[in-house]
Amino acid sequence: MSADKPEVVVRAEGLVKKFKDFKAVDGLDLTIERGMIYGFLGPNGCGKTTAMRMLTGLLTPTEGKVEVLGLSVPKNAETLKYKIGYMTQTFSLYGDLTVQENLRFMATIYGLSGKKRKQRIGEVMERYELTDLKGRFAGKMSGGQRQRLALAAAVLHEPQLLFLDEPTSAVDPESRRHFWEQLFDLVEGGTSIVVTTHFMDEAERCHRIAIMEAGKKRADGSPKDLMAAMGANVVEIEGANLRDIRRKLLGTDGIVAAAQLGARLRVLVKDDIADPEGFLKAKQETGGASLIEKVRPTLEDVFVTATGEGRQ
Amino acid sequence: MRSLSRIAAIFFKELAQLRRDRMTFGMVIMIPLIQLILFGYAINTNIRDIPIAVVNQDRTAISRILIQMVEATRVVEVIERYDTIEEAEAAIKSARVRAAFILPDDLAQRIVRSPATGFETPPSSDEETSRPVAQWIVDGSDTMIAGAIKGLRNMPLSEMFRQAPNRSTPTFEVALLFNPEQRTAVNIVPGLVGIILTMTMIMFTSAAIVRERERGNMEMLINTPVRSMELMIGKIIPYIFIGLLQTAIILGLGYFLFNVPLGLRPFDLLVGTLLFIGASLSLGLVLSTIAQTQLQATQMTVFLLVPSILLSGFMFPYEGMPLAAQYIAEVLPATHFMRMVRGFVLRDAGLLDLYRDVLWMCGFFVLGLAVAAFRFKKRLD
Ligand SMILES: Nc1ncnc2c1ncn2[C@@H]1O[C@H](COP(=O)(O)OP(=O)(O)O)[C@@H](O)[C@H]1O
Ligand SMILES: [Mg+2]
Repeated sequence: MSADKPEVVVRAEGLVKKFKDFKAVDGLDLTIERGMIYGFLGPNGCGKTTAMRMLTGLLTPTEGKVEVLGLSVPKNAETLKYKIGYMTQTFSLYGDLTVQENLRFMATIYGLSGKKRKQRIGEVMERYELTDLKGRFAGKMSGGQRQRLALAAAVLHEPQLLFLDEPTSAVDPESRRHFWEQLFDLVEGGTSIVVTTHFMDEAERCHRIAIMEAGKKRADGSPKDLMAAMGANVVEIEGANLRDIRRKLLGTDGIVAAAQLGARLRVLVKDDIADPEGFLKAKQETGGASLIEKVRPTLEDVFVTATGEGRQ
Repeated sequence: MRSLSRIAAIFFKELAQLRRDRMTFGMVIMIPLIQLILFGYAINTNIRDIPIAVVNQDRTAISRILIQMVEATRVVEVIERYDTIEEAEAAIKSARVRAAFILPDDLAQRIVRSPATGFETPPSSDEETSRPVAQWIVDGSDTMIAGAIKGLRNMPLSEMFRQAPNRSTPTFEVALLFNPEQRTAVNIVPGLVGIILTMTMIMFTSAAIVRERERGNMEMLINTPVRSMELMIGKIIPYIFIGLLQTAIILGLGYFLFNVPLGLRPFDLLVGTLLFIGASLSLGLVLSTIAQTQLQATQMTVFLLVPSILLSGFMFPYEGMPLAAQYIAEVLPATHFMRMVRGFVLRDAGLLDLYRDVLWMCGFFVLGLAVAAFRFKKRLD
């Protein structure tokens, strides 16, 4: 069964989804390899959920081909469903059932029974700290607790591939950190994960990310490679009238983007300019600046260069 | 095996949700209970005590006796007395009374010549003798009330003269095979099972799929390997038990409160009821795959409920309806159940006697389930 364990878990070519005349996903190509956490990074409405729904067979692509775990989707979506787990963006288990009832329901639906079912439910409740909450109604739990329950339900049947749609959007930072540790545990156990997010710090933890904007993929690679290949150096400017400086700098030669972050202005300077610090200091637009220094790029800078943000 | 346990999982899930929805659970019991008491006591097609006015232009002892005789039939009750016909008509118009009984001033003469007295009178060849004794003015808008008063037209007057009642032989003899005392409840209560089941069964299931969507559970559910048919079957099983419970409440109370017989065919009754429950549930499921919101589902239920009450034969005889209405009625499961349940309970008929309705109901159930499962797509688009 080599088709069962391909090295590539998701392959998509020219994926398009139209809602009436609106293209929510526009020509997406993807290759996701086994054993990694692959992130879709992008603002709300850029088509992350739509893309993920096409990969799991919930939406029929308007154009393009999808193959997940060697199965063509949506044709073989029903077979695929045993092998994948899916955590929806909004909590979608039953609020009027308890933790244990929800898990038992999901386990049975996925074909687990008897001892095996009991054992798996025990395991995931232990692992995701749900044992003390097992009699609680899902609808009466906090965001973090619900998220753990949703993850537990998604991995009950030990799927090879896990789709997580903005799993941490309703969760406090502490729980988010904890959640990501659990994702790495799963990857260590052999699971591949596709996750969407609009948080930079989460995207930075992924092995590979696709930066999305308005239905299109703008960049694709590991965060480190993307930062290296950004084609720009980052210079921070401190001082008065940063808004003024930004407005004047934008549109001049050699400047890719400029964005204000608190008391600093982050300016992306094209990397064919050898000395970006000197380049900026020499410009008369930066006259009012008190400090100009080159800093390490972050994923946010990659995002800004890859998308239209910070250009106007 | 997997299919069975998945159906069981859905069944237990629905049951747990239903059990926690106190309001709905209460309605399951209260709807048949309250409706039975309301309908059982309220609906009566043997009309009695219609309020009438009397315009007595005669004012002799004989007119008073005649009025007493009319009142003694219990069909009408005199609540007003007027001097003129105009006043009586005004009272009918304003709905104070439903009819007026007008006694002319030559009442005594008319009575003597009337054949209704049973005297040996000359054949009524001339105008004098063929005149009626008195006159009724009736609000004809309600045909049932008008019919009841029309029934008084040929009231015998022989008692007035302490004669033996007219012993003339009727043209036809009528023997009543079932419900000899002609009690309305005997016909209404079994029919009520059909109405209550139509209402609750379709209402519950029409919301079944929509609810998953509205509460946001649908995306998760269609991401699992559950099959459409498993989902449909798992969702209707809990309501089969509810339907049987409601049937038991209605027929049981009907027996104790209204003395409605239960029939001698419990098995046929059970099978017939199960078939009807199945047909109603599968119809509800089909609606559920059409409706986008629970409100729409409720509207569709009402859309089906009204013809089920009016056309199924529950209130008005099927045979009295125009052909087009009969065709519509024939489509509704309630019509077939109405025949079945009245047959089993009142006429001692069996499944075999009513095989056409049985077959139709089976077909409806299977087709409905198949259509619902086919229409339910595990897709979001
Ligand atoms: N079923 C739908 N019908 C019409 N438009 C939709 C539908 N689903 C999503 N969209 C639109 O497609 C775009 C992408 O949505 P989505 O994939 O949910 O974005 P994201 O998950 O990145 O926030 C949005 O503009 C959204 O309004
Ligand atoms: Mg989304």
